[in-house]
Amino acid sequence: MTASGIGWYGVALAIIGGALRVSTPYLFVSLGEVLTEKSGRVNLGLEGILLMGAMTGFAVGSLSGSPWLGVLAAGGAGALLGLLHAGICNLPRVNDIAVGIALFLFGMGLAFYLGKPFIAPRAAMLPALQLGAWSNEPAVRAALEISPLFLIGIALAIALRWGLANTRWGLVLRMAGESADAARALGYSVNAIRTLATMCGGFLGGIGGAFLSLYYPGNWNEGLSSGQGLMAIALVIFARWNPLRCLWASLLFGGASALGPALQTVGVTSGYYLYSAAPYVLTLALLVYSSSTRHTLAGAPSELSISR
Amino acid sequence: MNDIVQPPPCVEVRDLSKRFGSVQALCDASVRFAPGRVHALLGENGAGKSTLVKCIMGYYRADSGMIRVDGVAQAIRSPQQSRALGLGMVYQHFTLVSQMSVAENLVLGRARIPARIDWKAEHRALTEFMRTMPFRLDPARRVASLSAGEKQKLEILKQLYLGRRFLVLDEPTSVLTPDEADQVLSEMRALAERGTLTVVLITHKFREVMRFAQDVTVMRGGRILATAEAASTSIDELARRMFGQATVTTAANEARAGVPAGAYCEVRDLGAHGDRGTLAVVDTSFAVRSGEILAIAGVSGNGQKELVEVLAGQRDAADGAILVAGHAYRRTRSQMQRYGVFVLTEEPLANDCVRSLSVMANLALRRYDRPPIAWHGWVRRRVLRRWAEELIARYRIRTSSPLARIDSLSGGNVQRTVLARELSEDLRLLILQNPCFGLDAAAAAEIHAQIAKARDRGVAVLLVSEDLDEVLELADRIVVMSGGRIVHEVGRAQADRYELGRHMTRTSEAEAA
Repeated sequence: MTASGIGWYGVALAIIGGALRVSTPYLFVSLGEVLTEKSGRVNLGLEGILLMGAMTGFAVGSLSGSPWLGVLAAGGAGALLGLLHAGICNLPRVNDIAVGIALFLFGMGLAFYLGKPFIAPRAAMLPALQLGAWSNEPAVRAALEISPLFLIGIALAIALRWGLANTRWGLVLRMAGESADAARALGYSVNAIRTLATMCGGFLGGIGGAFLSLYYPGNWNEGLSSGQGLMAIALVIFARWNPLRCLWASLLFGGASALGPALQTVGVTSGYYLYSAAPYVLTLALLVYSSSTRHTLAGAPSELSISR
Repeated sequence: MNDIVQPPPCVEVRDLSKRFGSVQALCDASVRFAPGRVHALLGENGAGKSTLVKCIMGYYRADSGMIRVDGVAQAIRSPQQSRALGLGMVYQHFTLVSQMSVAENLVLGRARIPARIDWKAEHRALTEFMRTMPFRLDPARRVASLSAGEKQKLEILKQLYLGRRFLVLDEPTSVLTPDEADQVLSEMRALAERGTLTVVLITHKFREVMRFAQDVTVMRGGRILATAEAASTSIDELARRMFGQATVTTAANEARAGVPAGAYCEVRDLGAHGDRGTLAVVDTSFAVRSGEILAIAGVSGNGQKELVEVLAGQRDAADGAILVAGHAYRRTRSQMQRYGVFVLTEEPLANDCVRSLSVMANLALRRYDRPPIAWHGWVRRRVLRRWAEELIARYRIRTSSPLARIDSLSGGNVQRTVLARELSEDLRLLILQNPCFGLDAAAAAEIHAQIAKARDRGVAVLLVSEDLDEVLELADRIVVMSGGRIVHEVGRAQADRYELGRHMTRTSEAEAA
């Protein structure tokens, strides 16, 4: 067999481990986007928010020495960018898609500019939970090394799923996304609801970024996000705007991202870049699969500019 | 929430006036809506009915005059204020959130929604509430799955659930079948007679006034002409007051020669998908002959929109065939011109016009590429202008200039513009969907006359309409569409309003059972 000792079993284990590790940013970003889109707006700027979050988290983490402070700061930076998106979209006749693309480029540029001094140093990393301590097998232990942020993400997915259905906030948020007229007729400010939802979405997107720079891969460079913020938007469509399905979809994307490194452990190195492209191929395949020329997507909030 | 014992509010207006720019929409209107009665407001479009009730509901502020609720003068400045006084309004277009359940829609309307909603308790409370109501709906059903009649009932239930005891119904029966309309209105009457409710019924249908209202107020040109007890007046008297001296004539019912044989347009086993991916049109077959009007009657949302879109070339057919003049009809521009196929769809401003173009350009859309307007690939603007001005005059399109943008025109004038374009000389097949939706009686009569004239000169007309009065007035043959299928066919002579209505709801009842 191969150097890893446990062979193809090890590949599966590495993919599972990769899924648990890599899925966290997908999860946070897609949960944030679900929140935003349920209120009736699309925020395409999440890639920019993700990068800003990663940079801010890393900078604050390395300057203060506390990674958790970095996570909070990353969320704050994301919320601020969300506020910017919402504030522009609140103006009459502004297209949220165009603003999102502008925000994506703006966030990216700003993160690269402000983050230049932090490319070399290392910051204090977020701790990991050793859930594989019972096993003697190093591969199992590596796979089950889990970030507390991942667990928070799972809890958040469940809480969001429940909250959208069973709380006043959830109900009003969904109404703003399904029928702005009905919301206005009942005296709610649709713009205020959407602003809050976009800010919360930005906050979660920022935290997703902090995970990248403070846990895995755990440094700050300009190629850090590799399009994960954009893929998360496709993931939301695939998950049909359901927070729990976002969790499964994130794991799927995480697993796909881990395919290349996992195969490398058993010595398959020839198509490394090909396997690394797996998440992008998966994105395309899922979008083709979930699209139809004949009908609009089930579950899509009616006020979304893409479903009108 | 449901203290039935308390009498409903008594609303009275005195000398209410409202002006919009140069238009006096409401002029010294005084009327008293007695508690526990059904009061009809009768009048044509633009008669001031909506302005009057919107002043009461706080959407508009009257320029002068006074509103009293239970004898106390109230300055109602916002809809929230009128709601607090127990006044509620059910609109023509629904304000429900269609992707949510009945229960969610009801709870959303409440002034105070609990931070955490206990759905089990809410469902129990709603079922309890429904038990005291004349009509019931399953709280767990999604609004999107309700029929138009059920949605109307839900709108009314919502107002009652929120404790409103003075209800304005704005043209409540425009989307209902005759049976549904009778049911809803008689339940409202029963609630009023029990002393639970005061109902103001905005309508232009005499039949509803005579059957369900106790009081009737006739409006014209922003003024209240008369208020009377419905029992002490007659349809003739009301009609005379509503239309003034001019009588509305229609050319549609004039005698004409027998229907020629041979189908000009034939639709065979047509199927089409709706926007949500389900089959909206199923195995639909019918034929339209030259010189006849075939009407497709049905409650909206039963596949008519998709059918017309397929015929107009805006939607692909899933299966089946369309034949025009015996040839497979592929809905290309050249075929439309060769076979003389013209279409007026629902919402012409959105579906048949280019909003940002002028009236003249919109008139030319069918012809700009053919002589005399086109000359070796060039558009001759002077010829076009003269031609457009002639059409504008002939169809009495009210526009400031042929170069005015089409979306600056009123709904009736947009309709006339499209009709002027579509009723061209080479017209041989005319497809119409709700051609008079939202027009007043005079404009509707004029358009009906145009349609009848086209039929009389040998055009095959397919009229898709939700308005049974229109169908019964114009059609030579009537088919009923329900659940995407043709479920009934009848000649005009044998057609009966209630029989048609029952066929219109047949499938939806079968699904509910």
